[in-house]
Amino acid sequence: MNREEIIEKLKPIVEPFVNDEEAFANLTDKTNFITDLNINSANLVDIILDVEDAFSIVIDNESMEKMTDIENTIAIIQTKQAEK
Amino acid sequence: MNTSDILQQLPYSKPFLFVDDIVSINENGSEGTFTFDENLDFYKGHFKNNPITPGVILIETMAQIGLVCLGIYLCEGTAIKNIAFTSSEVEFLKPVYPNEKISVVSEKIYYRFGKLKCKVKMFNEAKELVCMGTLAGIIV
Repeated sequence: MNREEIIEKLKPIVEPFVNDEEAFANLTDKTNFITDLNINSANLVDIILDVEDAFSIVIDNESMEKMTDIENTIAIIQTKQAEK
Repeated sequence: MNTSDILQQLPYSKPFLFVDDIVSINENGSEGTFTFDENLDFYKGHFKNNPITPGVILIETMAQIGLVCLGIYLCEGTAIKNIAFTSSEVEFLKPVYPNEKISVVSEKIYYRFGKLKCKVKMFNEAKELVCMGTLAGIIV
């Protein structure tokens, strides 16, 4: 999947947990889930579990820790999909 | 890990321990009981001359039995340093009065990346549903 396809699928997963609507409307590769979107760090777990279901991948602990912004999240989804 | 080990590992003491017994526990859930002693301090003020167990205390009781006991079990003896309550969404259906014994039944939704999320229900001695909801906590 390319970047745009992934973002298209990622947005509705992230949206329910967003606490800064403006940052979400102006999403870039560098947008950080916690510092920009003000997402409760405990809810990152829920986002990652939804990402696993939506993209049919399994996220390990190491990858989970890197999934802090859009850019890294896209890269990890692409890597995990390529491994399948 | 048996139930007395779990009770011993709970990071609470009176007056903020809300677990008497663990009735059953396995990787999918836990069940435990607690009796609200009429001498608990909050009854003096909630409410004036009309003691009823505060909803926040019912949530705490659900969390201690449903999340913390189960979390200790799932960690299989690994020492837990710090835990944090991360979310709760609870509906209350019936009041709980002093000296009532309640039971809490918890069902694991998931335990991943140190976060435990459960569906938790509380019943009174008449087996009526007192409150229910979804609670989550995390090991920090």
